[in-house]
Amino acid sequence: MLRKFWHYDLIACFRCRAELLLPVIFFVMVVALFPMALSVDPALLQAMAPAILWVAALLSALMALHGLLRQDHADGFLEQCLLSPVSLPGLIFAKVWAHWLVTGLPLTLLAPLLGKMLYLSWQGIAALVLSLLLGTPILSFIGAAGVGLTLGLRNAGLLLTLLVLPLYVPVLIFGTSSVMTATLGFPVIAPFFFLGAMLVLAITFVPWATAAAVRLGVG
Amino acid sequence: MKKLASPREFYRFSGQCIPWVWGLFAVAFGVGLVDGLWLAPGDYQQGQAYRIMFVHVPSAMLSLGVYVLIASCALVNLVWRIKLADVIASVSAPLGALFTGLALFTGALWGKPMWGTWWIWDARLTSELILLFLYFGLIALRQGIPDQDRAAKACSILALVGVIDLPIIHYSVYWWNTLHQQSTLLRLGAPTIAPSMLMPLLAMIVAFGAYFAAVMLMRARNEILQRERRAQWVREGVLNEIQF
Repeated sequence: MLRKFWHYDLIACFRCRAELLLPVIFFVMVVALFPMALSVDPALLQAMAPAILWVAALLSALMALHGLLRQDHADGFLEQCLLSPVSLPGLIFAKVWAHWLVTGLPLTLLAPLLGKMLYLSWQGIAALVLSLLLGTPILSFIGAAGVGLTLGLRNAGLLLTLLVLPLYVPVLIFGTSSVMTATLGFPVIAPFFFLGAMLVLAITFVPWATAAAVRLGVG
Repeated sequence: MKKLASPREFYRFSGQCIPWVWGLFAVAFGVGLVDGLWLAPGDYQQGQAYRIMFVHVPSAMLSLGVYVLIASCALVNLVWRIKLADVIASVSAPLGALFTGLALFTGALWGKPMWGTWWIWDARLTSELILLFLYFGLIALRQGIPDQDRAAKACSILALVGVIDLPIIHYSVYWWNTLHQQSTLLRLGAPTIAPSMLMPLLAMIVAFGAYFAAVMLMRARNEILQRERRAQWVREGVLNEIQF
């Protein structure tokens, strides 16, 4: 049953294929802004690369949240789900993973190319990809909770950013520290443990909290 | 005790409590001020400038304590559906933000002479700054949702989601290498501070707590009057007392 929702969501996303590229293009453009703004000194860019790439990925994930639950709320699909025997947390779980597949995963796959543009070493790029692989689903889940809380409100976009950014900060800190310790050559397992723990916590609690918030927003 | 969950009973009871709490504040603040500014000795290392600790530590403790109160009220509101818990949570959020801001500001004033810098991005200061943003998020969400019931439940959910920051703030000085010092009071074992400085510090902590309790109760009474303005006890009993 949940596989069907996941399937339908992906089909709906692929209908407007141009929209899929928007978070990716945003990511590339934000990363490209930094060498233009700072300087072309490779040493400086290499030192700042983990932070630039992670902040750009975080902002792209934030922009991409726009398409998560809002359309479903606007055209009444969430209301129908509340009236049906479908499990709302399960539905949200499936939706967030589908959303991550089309927004977070492309960012992760594009990261090595952008890392090389900022002169990041191969150990750094490996750590970056793994940290994004663990981190972007966390960003999607926490963002889903924020979207659920701000469904249908007037300043939803701005309010969402204010609510969700403080919760994004630990993910950012551990993500960048993993890449920085990798570039220095130190053992890098500890931040990944933290990211993995945060991912498991997010997967467990967020669908539940978001379902409660959706029931508030729709009912 | 259960009777207090009714807004009317709480209004009456808090009206009786508030003068006593202000009295406690006056005594504790007077004792803390005199003891902290005159009677306590200067620090062997920091001289007289350490005395800002008597404002910084109570505000920091209260910034965390008020969030714990808000999160507990959020839990009570969601699980037992006691509306009074939401009243307390909604009026405490701006006060908590005030204490957090005061802790950051007095910390900066203390840091400049002692550490040589107004600010540093170490774990304790950064996580306290995140707490300030969490408070702002709570206040913004409450104002952004026009419907009272929906706002109550949404803010309760947000408060419970943000409670994860509290252990991070408290243990940040142990988990990371920070410039901010480790705990002297809230630790296993005796406090690592001289008794002559401990007494005024405890007095100021009690004073700040009493200040928060008094102001919170006064704001809660206002909020109850506003939410229950159509109830008969409000119209007959209370509004008649207000002179226009």
